[in-house]
Amino acid sequence: MMAPAVVLLLGWMLVPLVLTLWFSFVKFLPMRGDSIAKGLDWVGFENYVRFFSSSSFWPSVQITVLMVGGVLAICIIFGVLFALLLDQPMWGQGIVRILVIAPFFVMPTVSALVWKNMMMDPVNGLFAHLWRFFGAEPVVWLQDASLSSIIFIVSWQWLPFATLILLTAIQSLDSEQLEASEMDGAHPLQRFAYIVLPHMGRAITIVTLIMTIFLLSIFAEIFVTTGGAFGTRTLTFLIFQRVIDSQNIGLGSAGGVYAIILANIIAIFLMRIVGKNLDQ
Amino acid sequence: MGQIELKQVTKSFGNTQVIPPLDLTIHEGEFTVFVGPSGCGKSTLLRLIAGLEDISSGHIEIDGTDATSLVPAKRGLAMVFQSYALYPHMSVRKNIAFPLKMAKMDQAEIDKRVNAAAEVLNLKDYIDRRPGQLSGGQRQRVAIGRAIVREPSAFLFDEPLSNLDAALRVGMRLEISELHKRLKTTMVYVTHDQVEAMTMADKIVVLQAGVIEQIGSPLELYRTPRNVFVAGFIGSPKMNLITGEEAAKYDAHTIGVRPEHIDVVDGEGEWNGTVGVAEHLGSDTFFHIHNTGLGEMLTVRAIGDVSLKHGDKIGLNPRKNEMHRFDAAGLRIA
Amino acid sequence: MARSVSTQRKIITTAAAWLIGLLIFFPIFWTILTSFKTEAQAISNPPVFFNFDWTLENYAVVQERSDYMRFLWNSVIIAGGSTVLGIIIAVPAAWSMAFVPSAKTKNILLWMLSTKMMPAVGALYPLSLLFVWLNLLDTRFGLIMVLMLSNMPIIVWMLYTYFREIPGEILEASRMDGATLREEIFYILTPMAIPGIASTLLLNFILAWNEAFWTLNLTAAKAAPLTAFIASYSSPEGLFFAKLSAASTMAIAPILILGWFSQKQLVRGLTFGAVK
Repeated sequence: MMAPAVVLLLGWMLVPLVLTLWFSFVKFLPMRGDSIAKGLDWVGFENYVRFFSSSSFWPSVQITVLMVGGVLAICIIFGVLFALLLDQPMWGQGIVRILVIAPFFVMPTVSALVWKNMMMDPVNGLFAHLWRFFGAEPVVWLQDASLSSIIFIVSWQWLPFATLILLTAIQSLDSEQLEASEMDGAHPLQRFAYIVLPHMGRAITIVTLIMTIFLLSIFAEIFVTTGGAFGTRTLTFLIFQRVIDSQNIGLGSAGGVYAIILANIIAIFLMRIVGKNLDQ
Repeated sequence: MGQIELKQVTKSFGNTQVIPPLDLTIHEGEFTVFVGPSGCGKSTLLRLIAGLEDISSGHIEIDGTDATSLVPAKRGLAMVFQSYALYPHMSVRKNIAFPLKMAKMDQAEIDKRVNAAAEVLNLKDYIDRRPGQLSGGQRQRVAIGRAIVREPSAFLFDEPLSNLDAALRVGMRLEISELHKRLKTTMVYVTHDQVEAMTMADKIVVLQAGVIEQIGSPLELYRTPRNVFVAGFIGSPKMNLITGEEAAKYDAHTIGVRPEHIDVVDGEGEWNGTVGVAEHLGSDTFFHIHNTGLGEMLTVRAIGDVSLKHGDKIGLNPRKNEMHRFDAAGLRIA
Repeated sequence: MARSVSTQRKIITTAAAWLIGLLIFFPIFWTILTSFKTEAQAISNPPVFFNFDWTLENYAVVQERSDYMRFLWNSVIIAGGSTVLGIIIAVPAAWSMAFVPSAKTKNILLWMLSTKMMPAVGALYPLSLLFVWLNLLDTRFGLIMVLMLSNMPIIVWMLYTYFREIPGEILEASRMDGATLREEIFYILTPMAIPGIASTLLLNFILAWNEAFWTLNLTAAKAAPLTAFIASYSSPEGLFFAKLSAASTMAIAPILILGWFSQKQLVRGLTFGAVK
């Protein structure tokens, strides 16, 4: 009964993978007349070397790391804080939860455009109004602080996810453990450091890994805000440009293989945790 | 109706044999309890009878006909599970009616039987609730209700009281015993709790590692345990088992004396020691006695409230005629 | 046991939580509000909050100019189709892994998960090429297939974790009660599995609805869903904040409402059962 799902997924994985691998070892420029029908020239590792040594490669890796790292740092730190706050007794907890979770359900193109225009537009955006109100010169966010702005937008989208999962993790903490540590004389801060944080450790790891995998392939947010300009060209976007804009399939495919390797390194760690969980 | 016979039944999971060849007859109308420590195979044995596990070899006969290869539903048995296994999406009424519905019984008869069961088990007030809205005891009764409406030839209970709190357990114990007295149907009941076994059973089957250690009425097991294992398992607090020199005096490898068969005497007794913890139950007091030189701590029952303190010297006389003797293989010496 | 806390402390936490909640929600609130303004009011400084002339004109203009309904319909078909098809294929798989597990089950599950981690961009060109060969470019069917496959691991995993929670004793009880395999599936398993299947449906519908890599790269005009519709607003012409807001509101409103129902499933679905 597993066969249909397994066969479909196997095809879904193997066909593009094999094609990408093949293209990464050939010269393939459709605009200059290369086509599969005419046969493609084998160039060995040339695409890999060129992609690796091109002037855009290292900046794109740096930008990717900065973006993923920045979003993760914001989401984890604020996620833990918000989760702790939302776990406290309060009035209207359900409504606050709904408010906090909402951005996750906004489609990426909408959130990117709303932030780009309504909030960050240097003339008519709310931030510009706010800056002028305090007598400051409005910032051209997506040009002068482009990477930070995108990090901010993406964090807004993913913070709900981190908060919700961390909140779920906190709520699964046995309150007797906290009471025991309180009886043992631990201050609130010590209770957080020695009981709550270790308990959340696994959830934090999982959030980090899952978000990393999704964040590595962030696309729409860059596509509709800066289009990869002003120092926001991540590895994903660079590959996209090589394939679609410059139509250099060989080069783009070599980049794709790099991206696959990178994603798999992170995936291995995630799978270990998930796999362990499966045994319980 | 309701005689169950196991003939040379074995069960293996992979290469491990959990039940070596085993013969057992459960007579009609008997309340039989399988008791033993966890992992002794008692639940497996029950599931073999139910048909939820296939036996590896041998035969199971129910009412004289071979049921070895019958599917569970065709064996005419009803089972009450440890977790109750109520259908969470059905009301109490539907839960109880389910086996009848599966038997394609007509609706009027189903209603009649469900109402009768609800009456007997005091479920009328909850009949339209879902299991999730019921307490543990109520769920237990629904599970029993679902079993009795089928009017099975035998009931199988798999540790049905282990999820209840102590007070409720005593109550349900009585209810099940009462039910047996009224229905007079064969019941096979699995538990690890020897108190449940002693209080409810007509016949107790003590199991260890898939092997039947002894079969008998509660008092037979109490008075004449066939071996050291049964001696130690049946009775609360446990029988004092003493080996070594003292046992040799009685020509045995091990001697056993129940706490209630040791008398406290003034001054020196046959055995002497110091009082440790005293457990006052009101009607009885149990003393733990240390430093007797017998190797083991002794437990002694005294009737009523005896004023001995921790650390006091105490003299003890075991009643020789109530003493159990076992040989090196652990078997009872007659 | 939860302890009672002082009213004072509760007031402070309530205020802080609400402040944060409202701040996070503000962009969405502002977008919805702006969609009812005129273009002039939408960019007025200082911003107007409620004292403006409420108008539905933007919604009319958006529908008229860019045929919103067509994109909406594409979104519904693509997200709905891929989810339903995915579930139809995944139920038997998850079923057999949950109830008849073998030594290989765990590895198959993990392997399925690993396909979800493949960066989409690595498959972009091969897939475009396949789409050209198979004549699937800019078709709803093509996107349904791609989104179905890309969400399949999550669907299988969610269903698997739900199915595993159905206790085996209940199935045994139904067997003791005389249910045949068909009756067991119809009366016991299906009703017990439906909440899990519904949650899976809901979450994956949302994921498919918001998917913005394949929907942007494999469609042009005919099959473009709302993600692409919104992306077409990225190059503005003249005053357009109010219209952008109206378009955005229409694109997110249905999913926001569905999403609020699926909070709990979200955690489970996206952590592959590792956090519950």
